[in-house]
Amino acid sequence: MTSLATDFTSFVRHKDGLAAIDLAVDGIQCAGCMTTIEKGLKTEPGLVSARVNLASKRVTVSWQDGLENPQGVISRLDEMGFRAYPFATDKVESAEAREERRLLLCMGVAAFAAMNVMLFSVSVWSGHETQMPAEMRDLFHWISALIALPTAAYAGRPFYESAMRALRAGAVNMDVPITLGVVLALAMSVFETLNSGEHAYFDGVVMLLFFLLIGRYLDQAMRRRTRDTAGHLAALRSETAVKFIGEHELSEVPISAVAAGDLVLVRPGQRVSVDGVIEAGRSEIDQSLVTGETRHQPVDIGSSVYAGTLNIIGALRIRVARASEGTLLDEVEKLLARATESRSTYVQLADRAARLYAPVVHVIAASTFIGWMLFGLGWQPALVIAITVLIITCPCALGLAIPAVQVVAAGALFRRGVLLGSGDALERLAAIDTVVFDKTGTLTLPNASIANATEIGLCDLHLAGRLALSSTHPLATVLAKSAKASDPLQGVTERPGFGLEAHHAGEYLRLGSAAHCGGDAAADATIAAMTNVLSERYPDASFITYRRADHIVVFAIAQALRPDAVETMTALRGLGLDLSILSGDRPAPVAKASAALGIAQGTADMKPAGKIAAIEALRADGRHVLMVGDGINDAPALAAANVSMSPASAAHLTQNAADAVFLGDRLGPVVDAIRISRKARRIMVENLWLAVIYNAIAVPIAIAGHATPLVAALAMSGSSIIVTLNALRARG
Amino acid sequence: MDVLIVLMPLALGMGLLGLIAFFWSLRNRQFEDLDGAAWRGISDDD
Repeated sequence: MTSLATDFTSFVRHKDGLAAIDLAVDGIQCAGCMTTIEKGLKTEPGLVSARVNLASKRVTVSWQDGLENPQGVISRLDEMGFRAYPFATDKVESAEAREERRLLLCMGVAAFAAMNVMLFSVSVWSGHETQMPAEMRDLFHWISALIALPTAAYAGRPFYESAMRALRAGAVNMDVPITLGVVLALAMSVFETLNSGEHAYFDGVVMLLFFLLIGRYLDQAMRRRTRDTAGHLAALRSETAVKFIGEHELSEVPISAVAAGDLVLVRPGQRVSVDGVIEAGRSEIDQSLVTGETRHQPVDIGSSVYAGTLNIIGALRIRVARASEGTLLDEVEKLLARATESRSTYVQLADRAARLYAPVVHVIAASTFIGWMLFGLGWQPALVIAITVLIITCPCALGLAIPAVQVVAAGALFRRGVLLGSGDALERLAAIDTVVFDKTGTLTLPNASIANATEIGLCDLHLAGRLALSSTHPLATVLAKSAKASDPLQGVTERPGFGLEAHHAGEYLRLGSAAHCGGDAAADATIAAMTNVLSERYPDASFITYRRADHIVVFAIAQALRPDAVETMTALRGLGLDLSILSGDRPAPVAKASAALGIAQGTADMKPAGKIAAIEALRADGRHVLMVGDGINDAPALAAANVSMSPASAAHLTQNAADAVFLGDRLGPVVDAIRISRKARRIMVENLWLAVIYNAIAVPIAIAGHATPLVAALAMSGSSIIVTLNALRARG
Repeated sequence: MDVLIVLMPLALGMGLLGLIAFFWSLRNRQFEDLDGAAWRGISDDD
């Protein structure tokens, strides 16, 4: 298997005689790894540079064209103990990165402008006390305008563009009042300056933009970081295929280089990475990742196989029907698209606040103007006061209130092994009252283990494990791994489709099917009796028989529950949540899992459409559903639920459909995610109330006409700082 | 107050200088890897 070199040339970029590749690297933990990798790679001849990005756990390597190849770099990293995989930046990701850079640029410009304008504003404010000459004040105002006008034109673009988009769509978002406030405040300030007026709000405008841009930048940076990590995981897990490039010539290529019509070879124990039809070979297929079914499916020439299934017994030649990321049953994809649409009806907290906020503020400003006119003030001063109301109510704190909490909470979840896919997932997670689990691979571990391990003698386990090391059969691999065997027995022979045999210390050892180990009536009866007992206890298990002379042991290999599954269910019930299981597996294993976990509702034999229907029925009952699943058959159900999570071992497509992905063998992160998002949601609401209180104090002052630029500056920065500090409490 | 003739351009110039420095660091991808940069400073073996 390893003798075949993988062809990664499709990932290499060429420029000026240099070739470069981005690699996602597993195992970079600290600065030590960073120096090890950079130094280790620099000893390679032909290598020009190697740079580790510690934040995104990626390495960029470049070399003289022709002097090195990607595989050489990857195997060098492998020797150092780091698993690397080429990483192709997709379009969405680079667009996100560009947007982030643009926001950072706008924020920087606004920050420097705010500092400089403030320098002049503070002089003007103190000048009010020390009788600064009017000419000097006007000069300072003009200089402020010189800084503020280009800054607002440049740094305000993200808001203007978003406001225009909203207005064109006939909607109002938070950016509409922001744009209106900025434009009116600037116009009024220029007018005041022209007339040698006392108050100009250039400083307020620039500071407002600065604070709002911080919120925008945090929001964008969080979204990009989660996308990066998710993409990184996908790259590390992405599979290769062994493709026929000639009649008898094979090449291992990344899955992106396989096209429909190609012929690929799938060996026993390998995962099928394409959808296709079998042209040669017969085998059994483990479809648990695709359908949730734990029983193996026999396949033959002409059978269809799907990406994500595991080939158990024989080598298969598969004619590719569909490859790469599109691999999936059409039905599943269609269901997914439809289910995703129904999700988009959720309205974010921030948008709901904006819908309330914009009309209220505009009505208050308009009535202020009319009020002062009726009161006998001229239209000019009345307009000035109305505009100060708009400036002071500008949603500076509101713009930070939610992104700041999202960033802090996402960071807290990140440290607990939960990667959020979208910012509003937090809000949706906080609202759930029902959790629906898939069984296979979600409640159970994705990899099988020995279910009856405690009843087997250590000596038997050890010897059977050493025997199993000689085979690549998936069940043998599980046995060898569970026995922690590392020292294969000598002279083992394998009878394909039956099992292994060897002579060791004068005894005849056999491991494999019942037929392989039996042969005489007494042994056959013993094996049948043991298997019957075990299959009642472990309905979803596969069995391997081990025989040393006349001593017989049967191993039940099954997917065990995740180590903390029981306590996680208790914790979830403690949070007041209803739990249920929707599985594609047979009734017996599902009933066993639900009994072990104390879950009353366990439904078996669910097809993808059935899972969607069950979730939609729950939602129609007014429930807010969290779906946790890993299989491709779960993907549409994940999208149909209010919010969804999947383990990092899940199929690629499933992870894309999920709002959050959790790492590791434990289920605990699900509880953490719910707990932290509930807290985050509480703090978001608190922050919105803080913004309301701020307005309740500041607006009357502005209506009364006392909102000078100094008051506006203090109020804005004060409320922003309070909201940000409050957000820090979401750390968990 | 004549000192203002010097001070004002000085203040504006310093602000501009800071902005240019910010542009430079953004263009040179100084903000791409904040974690790594922190550790590179204390690794003393090159």
